[in-house]
Amino acid sequence: MSTKSTTDRTRGVHEDGGAPINIGHLRRARRERILSWVMPITLLVVAICIWEFLVRYHEIPKYLIPAPSLIAETLVRDFASLMASSWFTVKLTFLSLALAIVGGVLLGALFALSRPVELSLFPFAVILQVTPVVAIAPLILIYVDSTFAALLICAWIVAFFPILTNTVVGLRSADHNLRDLFTMYRATPWQKLRYLLAPSALPYFMAALRVAGGLALIGAVVAEFVAGTAGQHTGLASRIIESSFRSEIPRMFAALFLVSLLGIVIFLLTSWASHRVLGHWHESEIRREL
Amino acid sequence: MTGDPIITMNRVSKEFGDVLAVDNMSLSIREGEFVTLLGPSGCGKSTALKMIAGILPLTAGEITISPAKGNAEHDLGFVFQEPTLKPWASVFDNVYLPLRLAGVGRSDGEPRVREALKEVGLSRFARSYPRQLSGGMKMRVSIARALVSRPRILLMDEPFAALDEMTRTKLNNDLMQLSDDHGLTVVFVTHSVFESVYLSTRVIVMAARPGRLVADMPLDAPWPRSEDYRTSIEFTDEARRVSETLKGTLHVDEIDH
Repeated sequence: MSTKSTTDRTRGVHEDGGAPINIGHLRRARRERILSWVMPITLLVVAICIWEFLVRYHEIPKYLIPAPSLIAETLVRDFASLMASSWFTVKLTFLSLALAIVGGVLLGALFALSRPVELSLFPFAVILQVTPVVAIAPLILIYVDSTFAALLICAWIVAFFPILTNTVVGLRSADHNLRDLFTMYRATPWQKLRYLLAPSALPYFMAALRVAGGLALIGAVVAEFVAGTAGQHTGLASRIIESSFRSEIPRMFAALFLVSLLGIVIFLLTSWASHRVLGHWHESEIRREL
Repeated sequence: MTGDPIITMNRVSKEFGDVLAVDNMSLSIREGEFVTLLGPSGCGKSTALKMIAGILPLTAGEITISPAKGNAEHDLGFVFQEPTLKPWASVFDNVYLPLRLAGVGRSDGEPRVREALKEVGLSRFARSYPRQLSGGMKMRVSIARALVSRPRILLMDEPFAALDEMTRTKLNNDLMQLSDDHGLTVVFVTHSVFESVYLSTRVIVMAARPGRLVADMPLDAPWPRSEDYRTSIEFTDEARRVSETLKGTLHVDEIDH
């Protein structure tokens, strides 16, 4: 009798999902998470301090290397004009990324559905990709009236390709047995896309999104460099060129800082989106318990 | 309790390019039978099963499945060697799939999914994801998915081959119980003589190159079988009989390794 109750109790513990919680393990995980933020930030602050110190100590002129404090000062002083430029670049980057997603996914779906369409159109997509955008940009700027539209096209060309190729591969990556199962259950093409092909393609698409996010920004900046400072409303790249003409090195650094910041924000956003979408099932986003 | 023919294969052949995977196979399976297709790899047993499922087109011949009397959404259930679950979907959604594809709404489908999960003993895991389950549990989900649409016929392609011995034994017993409860007709592909003899009421022995049917061996022991049958003399005798037949079909080079 007493043996029986012991067994029951033991089983009860297991059924409550009660593997004893390893407190030391949890603590270590939290410490690691905090460290992953604290360490890089500390390093960055130290590096900036050293930079500031070296510039002051050696009295390096500001037209060679400006001190971080001066860059910060410039950021505040030129806040209005730099913000307007940032907004322009943000708009350009995100709009081109959005169009790259729409175009890449639609064309990718078309490629995945029809082999002839893929065979006839894919070479052109490749040509568009391998030709450096700097080389095409002047032509696009000549043929397209609106500067914004021309820049948009340039950034789009760069960001579009990874989304296209990954969507095609992703849509083809669905498990063969699951495909057979859908065939046996006489699923409609729409059901097959909605419940099998699209979810299978998601990990590939999210990986492409992370690449394309960075590329859209690069495309936007490069295109603007080619376009020069022409036009009233221009982005951060134009501020950099303009400052370089006037030898306003601190302002160049300030604009560069904002471009980097935008890149980081895009990276964090796409990583967050990827985690949101795949976190509950895909190997790439699951934290393994050690 | 076997009845009218439910699956009829009439001179069925299947070619993949130059390879004759199934050669002129004729077979009639009656309602309520538990039939195993037994043979070495390359004998076309999986190909035959997939042709019955309508997944693979035939090169020649015909397969007829007698018209369904009930109002099941799907007449067939299929269980693959791998669990073949959607990793992004919960256990519930995986089992709900056949009903969803048949246009059954979520509120109508829910009790059916719960019942199917209960039958395979996974009621508590409806909200889990496949990666959180063991191999045996995933296979149970796969079986629940096959049964949720109340099919008459269950097709299984070496479903337990990748599982450990103890899990396989348990699943074998549960499967017999389930197919008896539902009056299912089961076609079960395996390369294990012992599994085929333990589970089925009839063993179809197949040979390779080209894939063909070589022997049709009914097993008379009372069914569903009990755990004791596994260690009985009758079981050993039947296993030896089937094993001899299977050996006779192999080429010499296949026996050597």
